[in-house]
Amino acid sequence: MRHPMTRAAERVGAGCLALGLALAVPSGAAAQEQPILITGATILTAAEAGRIEEGAILFENGRIVAVGPASEVEAPSDAMVIDGTGKFITPGIVDAHSHIAADAINEGAVSVSSMVSIHDVIDPTDIALYREAAGGTTTSHVMHGSANPIGGNNAVIKHRWGADAQGLLLQGAPPTIKFALGENPKRAGSPTLPGQEARYPASRMGVMDVVRQAFIEASEYKAEWDTYRARVADGDRDAIPPRRNLTMDPLVEVLEGTRYVHAHSYRADEILQLMRVAEEFGFRIHVFQHVLEGYRVADEMAEHGAHASTFSDWWAYKMEAYEAIPHNAAIMTQRGVNVSINSDSGEEGRHLNQEAAKTMKWGGLTEAEALATVTINPAIQLLIDDRVGSLEAGKDADIVLWENYPLSSYARVRTTYIDGEVVFDIDADLAMRAEIEAEKAELREMLGEADEDDDSGNEREPGRRPGGGR
Amino acid sequence: MMRRSGNAPGNTTNDRIDTMVKSIVAAAAVLGTVGFTLPAQAAAQEGGTFAVQGATIHTVADGVIEGGTIVIRDGRIIAVGSDVDIPADAEIIDGEGKHVFPGMIDSFSSLGLTEIGAVAVTNDAGELGRWNPHLNAHTAIHPASEHIPVARANGITHSMVAPGGGGRGFGGGGSGIQGQATLVHLDGWTVEEMEIEKTAAMVLGWPTLSTGFRAFAGFGPPAGGRSFRRAQERFDEEVAEMDSWFVAAEHYRQAVASGSSRVPRNIQLEHLSRVLDRGMKVIVRANGWREIESAIEFAEKWNLDLVIAGGNGAREIAGTLAEKNIPVILGPVQRLPQGEDTAYDDPNTLPGVLRDAGVEIAFATFNSSDARTLPYEAANSVSWGLSKEAALEAVTLGPARVLGVDDRLGSLEVGKVGNLIVTDGDPLEITTRIEWVFIKGVPSDLDNKHDSLWEEYRNRPARRVTTTTT
Repeated sequence: MRHPMTRAAERVGAGCLALGLALAVPSGAAAQEQPILITGATILTAAEAGRIEEGAILFENGRIVAVGPASEVEAPSDAMVIDGTGKFITPGIVDAHSHIAADAINEGAVSVSSMVSIHDVIDPTDIALYREAAGGTTTSHVMHGSANPIGGNNAVIKHRWGADAQGLLLQGAPPTIKFALGENPKRAGSPTLPGQEARYPASRMGVMDVVRQAFIEASEYKAEWDTYRARVADGDRDAIPPRRNLTMDPLVEVLEGTRYVHAHSYRADEILQLMRVAEEFGFRIHVFQHVLEGYRVADEMAEHGAHASTFSDWWAYKMEAYEAIPHNAAIMTQRGVNVSINSDSGEEGRHLNQEAAKTMKWGGLTEAEALATVTINPAIQLLIDDRVGSLEAGKDADIVLWENYPLSSYARVRTTYIDGEVVFDIDADLAMRAEIEAEKAELREMLGEADEDDDSGNEREPGRRPGGGR
Repeated sequence: MMRRSGNAPGNTTNDRIDTMVKSIVAAAAVLGTVGFTLPAQAAAQEGGTFAVQGATIHTVADGVIEGGTIVIRDGRIIAVGSDVDIPADAEIIDGEGKHVFPGMIDSFSSLGLTEIGAVAVTNDAGELGRWNPHLNAHTAIHPASEHIPVARANGITHSMVAPGGGGRGFGGGGSGIQGQATLVHLDGWTVEEMEIEKTAAMVLGWPTLSTGFRAFAGFGPPAGGRSFRRAQERFDEEVAEMDSWFVAAEHYRQAVASGSSRVPRNIQLEHLSRVLDRGMKVIVRANGWREIESAIEFAEKWNLDLVIAGGNGAREIAGTLAEKNIPVILGPVQRLPQGEDTAYDDPNTLPGVLRDAGVEIAFATFNSSDARTLPYEAANSVSWGLSKEAALEAVTLGPARVLGVDDRLGSLEVGKVGNLIVTDGDPLEITTRIEWVFIKGVPSDLDNKHDSLWEEYRNRPARRVTTTTT
């Protein structure tokens, strides 16, 4: 028995076949041309192998072939060999909460906006993709914003700088949806701009009510479809399909456990309440995002089976963040919750390694636990840990070569690989700067000439400025 | 003489302080002197004799002393060296394996002026109106702010607290005269006990030369903006407006100096006139090199003791800044590069470039809740060309010189105020633990809101699983 969305997905799949597998190979993303062996480096695998001193990693055709002590990893004769002596290697960083590379992130006109998706607004020209890759981030969960109790659907992308919107998507990543609790979704209920109308909800009671009402409706909608499909299965040729409801479809997937809820949350009480509402309808809150007071209900979260994706040390920027503590990640980890550290910011996404290191200082996580918060743990939260998040044979070759120890305020990236391809390299970056400077000088010259010609006193139309940006 | 080993793991700071108070009282009793007690929360009054023995002492002013001893008496450093006589009444901290550094200075913060960014009633960093030379941050500092002990626990011992913004973004209040900044110790029952320099500087927000503007809340005309010529005109008008205030201040000063009894008191001009002829530091918030150049020209016209705060574009005129001895309080290193085509590591390389050019630099957070991350701002420049020594200096002695208090603060030298930290390593590294903080020669309480909540919730009894009622 299939859900309508599954059939829709099949139609998209059929379209792909018709287009000659256009979507199977990310458009614009190059494929790894040559096997690469990095040898002599300290490898922090974020896998069972843990830390390997004088290790080596071999990757080919975009996949990791072998990881281990340098003496045990042999390279094929055509491999490019890179000396990693004195350097460190980690998996590419996975950011479980990002808003980069999206033209819009909030559909704030309604309190339930599950009909919209970030997939429709991916912006592959956002320089943040490159800048974060220069800090070791290779995969990001690009999320809908927190304007509504039930937000839109999110997208999981790789930082394949140069690829088009479709090419950025991590194909096969299970679908997710954003929920939001607390101050942000309440804002619409207490407008601050003159003339702006209030929109329900305005309180935490109302927020939870919006979620509950939506799932009552989704349950009824699901029942209609279940009845219809049962009748079709029984051979009833007169059965009329219910009308499709694009707002309800993703919520049905939530009820069926095929779409995963990522709930923006702060206070312990709202975290607890949302778990209970989910339990009413028989589904699970997969990940609590921000979850700054998760340390107060860590046992309840572990019991429910919720994961946590939090900040390292931000606090006091709003009322519901006033009781945030930097030990949050450690307490939740120590009580059995899978914890990741996320950025929620194109700036923070450039140094998540340092944010992970803070969990060693505040609360005493081990090196392996700290690294996991930005690699394998977020990969588990996004259900893509079979592909990314650790350095193991068979996984995607998303690899960061660091100049020095990565869990440090002194850390610096040398090279970042995604699917075995270089997306950032410090030497290549320096060479590119020279090119950009030359291009700018050329444009300036053109501008200068134009100014000399332009004695009309008229201002140039903004849209026609060379290099006017996007 | 009491001997003490370092901070045993598991001991809370309160325990340590309590023990220390008892031993001091005991020592005083033995010596027949008058006993005194330290306040439980903070110990801002100067008094007592303390020695850290056998530690690695990073003086900043005069190299590193291995196996050194530092002695503080009545609030001041009275001895530093490898061969030092420890007074008989000294409380001794065993420095074996420990490091002693000067306490760190956040050169520009809103500590004590803001509590919760998004809650307007808790913010006192900004005032209405653009011309507020008579307002002083000192007036509004809340000594019981939860932010202060949080910053202190990470080794920040004093800060220049400046008006002109607030909250997490601390965006500053645009162009105008934002008021007077105050330099305080991060410990004290009242602001008077915290005070180092009630008026450390006058803070000006320089006009920005901007051809673009961001559409307000998604409305308004698209970005693209005005021509450079129009932007320059607007900029010149705003600088002229600033100039008119200085003209008025100069006239007011002359009028008052004439001894005439007919000069009505004008408190704005009274305060502003104090900056003339280098009577007070003038800190100008400016980022673009054209704005900085304009501020320099203005400062020369009015003979101002200029310091630039922000300075994102300062590399373009590093030579000028060095030649004219104009220091720069650097905006956060953990920020995004200015333009899309700006190098990804522009914020990281800037401090080293300025320092190499001979510019005096100081790091700052321009924040309150994030003030504890000051050392990481400095460290984030080290792998990009700034030496570790220079980075350390730029959070200790550098800012003391910039703020004109290097005769009292910023290094471990005989005669200076006993603001120092005892650590288990490099304070610019994330995982380093700050074990003792001395402010005004007395051990400060390292307990804070975050540690208290951590203690409370890590000890929450494991939850008994009960049936969930729905």
